[in-house]
Amino acid sequence: MQKFTTLKGVAAPLNMINVDTDMIIPKNYLKTIKRTGLGKHLFAEMRFDEQGREKPDFVLNKGPYRGATILVAGQNFGCGSSREHAPWALLDFGIRCVIAPSFADIFFNNTFKNGILPIALPEARVNELLRFLLELPGAEITIDLPAQTVTGPDGKVDTFEIDAFRKHCMINGLDEIGLTLEKAAAIATYESRIAKERSWV
Amino acid sequence: MAGSAQPRTMFEKIWANHIVVDRPDGYTLLYVDRHLIHDGSYFAFQRLKSRNIKLRRPDLSFGTPDHYMPTDTRRKEDITNPNSRRMVTSLAIHGAETGVTVFDIGDRRNGIVHVVGPEQGITLPGITLVCGDSHTSTHGAFGCLAFGIGSSEVTHVMATQCLWQKKPKTMRITVDGHLGKGITGKDVILAIIAKIGAAGGTGYVLEYAGSAIRGLSMEGRMTLCNMSIEGGGRAGMIAPDDATYQFVAGRPYAPKGAEWDAALARWQALPTEDGAVFDREVTLNGPDIAPMVTFGTSPEDAVAVDGVVPDPAAATDVVKREGLTRALQYMGLRPGTPIGDISVDRVFIGSCTNSRIEDIRAAAAIAKGRKAVVPSWIVPGSGIIKEQAEAEGLDRIFKDAGFEWREAGCSMCLGMNGEIGRPEERIASTSNRNFVGRQGKGVRTHLVSPAMAAAAAVTGRFTDVRRLLD
Repeated sequence: MQKFTTLKGVAAPLNMINVDTDMIIPKNYLKTIKRTGLGKHLFAEMRFDEQGREKPDFVLNKGPYRGATILVAGQNFGCGSSREHAPWALLDFGIRCVIAPSFADIFFNNTFKNGILPIALPEARVNELLRFLLELPGAEITIDLPAQTVTGPDGKVDTFEIDAFRKHCMINGLDEIGLTLEKAAAIATYESRIAKERSWV
Repeated sequence: MAGSAQPRTMFEKIWANHIVVDRPDGYTLLYVDRHLIHDGSYFAFQRLKSRNIKLRRPDLSFGTPDHYMPTDTRRKEDITNPNSRRMVTSLAIHGAETGVTVFDIGDRRNGIVHVVGPEQGITLPGITLVCGDSHTSTHGAFGCLAFGIGSSEVTHVMATQCLWQKKPKTMRITVDGHLGKGITGKDVILAIIAKIGAAGGTGYVLEYAGSAIRGLSMEGRMTLCNMSIEGGGRAGMIAPDDATYQFVAGRPYAPKGAEWDAALARWQALPTEDGAVFDREVTLNGPDIAPMVTFGTSPEDAVAVDGVVPDPAAATDVVKREGLTRALQYMGLRPGTPIGDISVDRVFIGSCTNSRIEDIRAAAAIAKGRKAVVPSWIVPGSGIIKEQAEAEGLDRIFKDAGFEWREAGCSMCLGMNGEIGRPEERIASTSNRNFVGRQGKGVRTHLVSPAMAAAAAVTGRFTDVRRLLD
């Protein structure tokens, strides 16, 4: 997994609530057996017309937003499927951070496992950021994960919450499997206890 | 200890029973009793293999290909997309390599993973169950803790049989009173989501309670728990009772004999105790719930069949107003249009939400003696359900009424198997998501119950099913 420490980059405003996993990567692009290459289909239905031409109104088709590494969106981002194609598509496009007032639970978990940082900020501040980014295409946001801060284009610094374990894994690019395998003895103890207590399980 | 213990919720009891390690930072290593696997689990098997890690408990893992398999054939070689074919065929191969039981295509036990688990008695009260699919919440209908996970976590479970989790909050949704004639679990859950919103349950495990919930069959309870995720809840659960035990008893993987007696004693102690505290309580009045129809592109966009398409101008929040305007534009609907005036082009009855025998019977009761006026599919949830429906003569009813009777699978619920609608086609669907493009590019999905879908099939529009019932 890619490490995440600090990120300074162009942020794209996606002023929508309930952005679902089918919007992020429509299922006709899920017939892939690779985890890479999905970026060109990110938000495909909103981004391209029937002929596969770019829709000029969609934010990621506009000038400096094309190179966005940060996405700012409305509440309940990532609702829908558990398929990890959604974070894979974002990552493949180059998005490393999503800022929204709230996220759907499964998507939220999935982003961390793929080196994408989801940041929940208060709705009022997200709306403020959306306005800035719409007015100033190409404006940058700076994320400092060790310090847990987001610096907006207006210079205002917000702190964000992240639990210490996830932060540690992100900064060091660790995945949990290795860490959990170190608990093999505890797992085996649990299993032998349950085999007696609840043999039918 | 007795007497001093705080009353506990069912969720808290199940959680406590599955703690392997509690860490001071609030994370729990939670043991997974059952892991369900499908054709989309391809990536996880590949990753496990590439890291040379052994699957820890193949005996607790069960697989069935469903997502990528078309429902007009039982031959894997008929799958035209080579990647889809590879994902379907790989499951049995991965199963053989790792020792995981797979109900493969051609096996009568094959079907949609969330139908197969309960049908085989793999799903039991009191257990933890996960699957790489968001609709894993279905299994909570049996009084277990079941939730969907992503591919990385699937790999983690394969390797360790555990997951690191932070304890979620709890929400109790109580629906009391008798449900009216023709009102199903689907209508109840759509009414709940319309009330709490698509993000209302985020961060919570939902427990459904009240007399209206207890009155539901196991099929109805599964439909209800299935769509917990559409209300933002990762898991939904219902206390086990006699209906649960009757459903589970005698199934192939359910405990038997002395083990059954021991299990039953444990299960009967699972329900939430009086006085247990939930982080949030929501109540609905059962008799107020009407047959529901969604009009927009989020499951929360649901109204009663005798209602109208709402006006976005009435929304107070600007983002919501814009969202609703965009949704109505996509759906090709004008504010104020009575739901009953909306005509449909096609009907889909199936999916992990509504493809069980009771769903098929409810649709057949409406189809009987009538004619479908638009293309209408019935896709049973498993080979066993298909056989059972055929034994009851339901397939004949559908065929006589001009419906198409198909093989088991996910089919048009998610359109990953080639079974999709055309742009701007309006579909009455018993599935769980009405997202933009869910059933094909530009397709307009309206979520309804099986009886409502059948009513739409025979009338060509959304029709209050209560008017078609004797």
